[in-house]
Amino acid sequence: MTALDTPTDEVTLTIDGVEVTAPKGALIIRVAEKLGIEIPRFCDHPLLAPVGACRQCLVDVEGQRKPITSCTTPIADGMVVRTHLTSEVARKAQQGIMEFLLINHPLDCPVCDKGGECPLQNQAMSTGAAESRFQDVKRTYPKPINLSTQVLLDRERCVQCARCTRFSEEIAGDPFIELMDRTSDEQVNVYREEMFGGEPGPAGSHSDLGSEPLRSYFSGNTIQICPVGALTSAQYRFRSRPFDLVSTPSVCEHCAAGCAQRTDHRRGKVMRRLAGDDPAVNEEWDCDKGRFGFRYVTAFDRITEPMVRDPQTGALRAAAWSEALAVAAEGLRRARDSSGGVGVLTGGRLTVEDAYAYSKFARIALRTNDVDFRARPLSTEEADFLAAAVAGRQGPTYAEVEQASAVVLAGLEPEEECPILFLRMRKAYRKRALAVHALAPFRTTGYEKLGATVLPCAPGSEATLLAGDASLAAALSQPGAVLVVGERLGGAPGGLSAAVALAERTGARLAWVPRRAGERGALEAGCLPHLLPGGRPVTEPRARAELAGAWGLEAGVLDSRPGRDTGAILAAATAGDLGALVVAGVDPADLSDARAAEQALDAVPFLVSLELRNSAVARRADVVLPVAPTVEKAGSFLTWEGRLRPFEAVLATGAMTDARILDALASQLGVQLNTRDVPAVRAELAALPATDSPRHPPPQVAPAPPPVPADGQAVLATWHQLVDLGTLQDGDDELAGTARPSVVRLGKELATRLGVGDGDPVTVGTGTGALTLPVEVVDMVDAVVWLPTNSPGATVRRSLGAAAGALVSVSVSVSVPVSASVFVSVSPGGSR
Amino acid sequence: MTPSEGALARLTPVLTKRWLSPDAWRREVYEQLDGYTALRKALAAHPDDLIALVKDSGLRGRGGAGFPTGLKWGFIPQADGKPHYLVVNADEGEPGTCKDLPLMMVDPHSLIEGAIITSYAIRANLAFIYVRGEAVHAARRLQHAVAEARAAGYLGTDILGSGFELEVVIHCGAGAYICGEETALLDSLEGFRGQPRLRPPFPATHGLYACPTVVNNVETIATVPYIVLGGAQWFRGMGTEKSPGPKIYSVSGRVNDPGQYECGLGVTLRELIELAGGMQDGHELSFWTPGGSSTPMLTAEHLDVPLDFEAMAAAGTMLGTTAVQVFSDQDCPVYAAYRWIEFYHHESCGKCTPCREGNFWMKQVLRRILSGEGTHADLDTLLDSCENLLGRSFCAFGDGAASPVQSSIKYFRQTYLDYVEGRRPPLFGSPPPRPAWAATELAGAAR
Ligand SMILES: Cc1cc2nc3c(=O)[nH]c(=O)nc-3n(C[C@H](O)[C@H](O)[C@H](O)COP(=O)(O)O)c2cc1C
Ligand code: SF4
Ligand code: SF4
Ligand code: SF4
Ligand code: FES
Repeated sequence: MTALDTPTDEVTLTIDGVEVTAPKGALIIRVAEKLGIEIPRFCDHPLLAPVGACRQCLVDVEGQRKPITSCTTPIADGMVVRTHLTSEVARKAQQGIMEFLLINHPLDCPVCDKGGECPLQNQAMSTGAAESRFQDVKRTYPKPINLSTQVLLDRERCVQCARCTRFSEEIAGDPFIELMDRTSDEQVNVYREEMFGGEPGPAGSHSDLGSEPLRSYFSGNTIQICPVGALTSAQYRFRSRPFDLVSTPSVCEHCAAGCAQRTDHRRGKVMRRLAGDDPAVNEEWDCDKGRFGFRYVTAFDRITEPMVRDPQTGALRAAAWSEALAVAAEGLRRARDSSGGVGVLTGGRLTVEDAYAYSKFARIALRTNDVDFRARPLSTEEADFLAAAVAGRQGPTYAEVEQASAVVLAGLEPEEECPILFLRMRKAYRKRALAVHALAPFRTTGYEKLGATVLPCAPGSEATLLAGDASLAAALSQPGAVLVVGERLGGAPGGLSAAVALAERTGARLAWVPRRAGERGALEAGCLPHLLPGGRPVTEPRARAELAGAWGLEAGVLDSRPGRDTGAILAAATAGDLGALVVAGVDPADLSDARAAEQALDAVPFLVSLELRNSAVARRADVVLPVAPTVEKAGSFLTWEGRLRPFEAVLATGAMTDARILDALASQLGVQLNTRDVPAVRAELAALPATDSPRHPPPQVAPAPPPVPADGQAVLATWHQLVDLGTLQDGDDELAGTARPSVVRLGKELATRLGVGDGDPVTVGTGTGALTLPVEVVDMVDAVVWLPTNSPGATVRRSLGAAAGALVSVSVSVSVPVSASVFVSVSPGGSR
Repeated sequence: MTPSEGALARLTPVLTKRWLSPDAWRREVYEQLDGYTALRKALAAHPDDLIALVKDSGLRGRGGAGFPTGLKWGFIPQADGKPHYLVVNADEGEPGTCKDLPLMMVDPHSLIEGAIITSYAIRANLAFIYVRGEAVHAARRLQHAVAEARAAGYLGTDILGSGFELEVVIHCGAGAYICGEETALLDSLEGFRGQPRLRPPFPATHGLYACPTVVNNVETIATVPYIVLGGAQWFRGMGTEKSPGPKIYSVSGRVNDPGQYECGLGVTLRELIELAGGMQDGHELSFWTPGGSSTPMLTAEHLDVPLDFEAMAAAGTMLGTTAVQVFSDQDCPVYAAYRWIEFYHHESCGKCTPCREGNFWMKQVLRRILSGEGTHADLDTLLDSCENLLGRSFCAFGDGAASPVQSSIKYFRQTYLDYVEGRRPPLFGSPPPRPAWAATELAGAAR
């Protein structure tokens, strides 16, 4: 090949005698991989910056007087590389390093969690000598130590590759874990007073915890990328051996990020979950909630058999499926044919297939449009926005956000609410200085790690800023800019209307990021009162006709009148205007007024609950039908991008999907739903034609004047922390221990007016109740208080019955706040 | 013993010329002895001409590696719009090396003057002197000198009316040998843990705070004013063709008058010992280091090899920091190697495997040999470990650690064998005991 044929950005070199052309700047180790030559390595990781610390990847390069590290050296034109396969120098160098690495390694493979999947073990076999010449005393450490409640470190196993520390600093931006000390005593650790001449922590249960434990939502990834068994999780440690596990590719059911995962089980029990490798979505990472939060499935209150309410005793009792289905069908039929009708609340955690079944069940078995997936604060404006701007549209992707010229965030704190989107944005910020703008009441650590410019914004004022702020418009006018709105923006009157208008005006792409894994899927499946599957407006004759055709219905079966939304359905129940309710995975504690929702559930004459666990809904139901959790069924989620994430069942149990149960219920009502099995639903979904019907018009709600707090009042700002009291995190105490402490945040002015400083107890109240937490004074818009929505000591919706933007009272508390940690083990009353 | 005329003629007091004058560290005294005249001359010249002058002089770095100083300055990109920095390496941690500290104590203004001229040449407006943490006395002296220089208008804005601006910051290191390695030094200076950085990029383009930076040794910088005053030809009049100029040799060990002897490069050990008053009574030269522990040791057969960069390389060692440590027949080369490896083990930064683990291992093997429990295989293991360490480590520290072991086995294999085969009494009882808790655990396990 002559130089002329080679594009300037490619170079040609030889590795082990094979000529190869690769992009300039590529590292030798990567190019060798492409040729199938695997150079042993420890510190190298394709997603981390090279360090060249372990020296395991030494290769021989012609013209160099000593072997060089292939993980740090970019290729050059004409380079002649010899790896261990063809060079004695390289082979000997690698073997020498391996011998060094093993002298201080305990070689306790038989009891090590990593044994069987350990890069050190594997590479010691491939690269090391059969026997070590080391016969002296190894460096040892007394015991494993906690880096956090979840992550444990056995220091003697560590090979000081700095993958974990680089991950924390580069990828997650949580640098509380570092390499410390020097020479053979160099060790990974968190800040400990005693290492810097101070007193060791108090003896007791947590004495092993550093003074500044690793607090990161992504800490589990360090365990996965550790090339030895030095890092283990409290959850999996000593539980199993890799070769006893059955691995299944899976998709995380927690948030709308849609991470690819791998679920490992042994004899019908899930032992652990790992991040899957999906360059388009989560790259090789996941968050701790997705990794560790799976024990809710095996919680003590899992419902395993159907139940009906006994007319005599008034209590729920176990029943056969046939009885339960018959009772449910009879109750629903009566309600359907009465004036009140039936409402359907599906929640945001269903698979696409199950959501579709609910949507179809409501429309043709219950003949109602009273269906809504939103189990959270919501508005009509939001429903209109979703129908007009999200449903059926291909939104920007992770890659497009990464490549964006600018990203504006409104109503979204990505680290808390969509962690993998956060990581992707952080990558873009670090690699190409992505400009991030955020509308928020204060600069969170998450925004800090994104280098975001924060536009101070009290809850409720988003619309005004989106409509009028010149800097936002300028940023979004650049080609490739993306406006990302979270589900919370729906709580700010006019916010979503302003967002649509702004995107239109600037040409920016618009993305909607809900918090839960099933929301986007439910939207596409038509679980909204005015929207049929495929983004078809209920009111459009053509939309109804298309669907009637696909479903084989007579004309006129599909109701043309929009139904009631979650709020209206519950209000109707309370007012006695609803005949029955079918509720899937909904926790009343998630609704903007939890107590009002429970009153509605109490009031409705007939309640059918399709549930996993004995929840607040199940306890009130007339019929309870147990459904399969994600791990026991096949299905799909849609990421916030609208990307389909299909998965198969990990565990084969008898548990039934919601769709299958609805199919059976429908046939009791004389309707054929055809949602018995997942392949059938998938086939039906795939066969749905693209719609020709006009779209729903976008909302045009004017910004409302922001609430004006009186003396002693403030505007409530609140969102969920990633690790909190959500019921899908039940049973994972080690994970709960890594949660951010609950605090009430307020600005300096308000703090001065109240006369409080960091740590002082402050009470936030409404007519419903009050919460008292230690205060953290931050740079906050004045007269705003922030609370975590559903954290220990801060169950905002249940205790305050208020959502973001509400006026709350703020006062200095006379009583000492209950330490947040007391609440960690309290799990009931949580939400999804 | 009085040195001969011939040996005395080798002395070239240039950097040390004020060392015997009382109070030479004070500005007035320094000024009376030519101080700050080079600065006036330099400020009148174009910076590029100064770089060319230092290139012409052939000055090579005095910090150990002997890199041509003018060339290093020339790597600094000009008109790049970024701030430039000069960092003076005053960490002096190499065992045996003790030239920079006395220079800073006795003649601190020569370093300040050199730093100003260098900064002017490389267009730096901020210079740092990174002083070894333990050397508080030197840091104080430098601080005083900086204050004096500022008061006299040699530092600050518009120095001597030239429009050139410079501040000098004295920074005390946190006490680690590795912080003398220039990139570890920069990390340390920036407030991070002192560990060497991955290169490229090199300090010349991405040094302190990722800006173009020159790192030079104290002696290198202190030499600059003399070159400015005397010119390149004068400078080349001393030393050898490829290693020109005067050099401070730090002679220590079994000589009568240990100390600093400034000679033209290329002086021999025989001459240095003579200058240092000869070997102590009853001691006969056995082995010696030409430039600190990181330079492979030599023996009496090298008494007449010129101590310059080329001749030392030809003899299989390095000139290093010209820390000439003289050991006699009453010193044990195996014990010396052991103590040095103890040092390297203690000071290894821990970043890379071969140095972190290799020193840990070699230290134990050497101790075992000295305890009379070594084997013949241990000698091969030591040599092979050195082979796996030398040129495999992340930074030159690892290479330095291999030097004492390799060279002592090369020249004193018989002494090693004497320990192994029981002809020499053990120096230690047995290998160090296991940590107390491990002993209990083992006992527990046995029970
Ligand atoms: C382990 C190690 C320690 C070093 N310690 C010092 C030191 O204490 N002082 C010094 O000037 N150079 C030291 N060096 C050399 C520096 O890295 C650097 O080469 C030198 O400061 C450059 O200055 P020069 O060109 O003037 O010699 C050390 C190098 C290594 C590898
Ligand atoms: S704990 Fe694991 S990942 Fe971290 S430095 Fe040690 S070996 Fe590497
Ligand atoms: S980011 Fe979301 S999808 Fe990914 S692991 Fe975490 S909770 Fe699951
Ligand atoms: S050789 Fe490696 S461990 Fe030793 S000092 Fe250099 S970087 Fe640190
Ligand atoms: S993999 Fe290349 S140095 Fe560690």
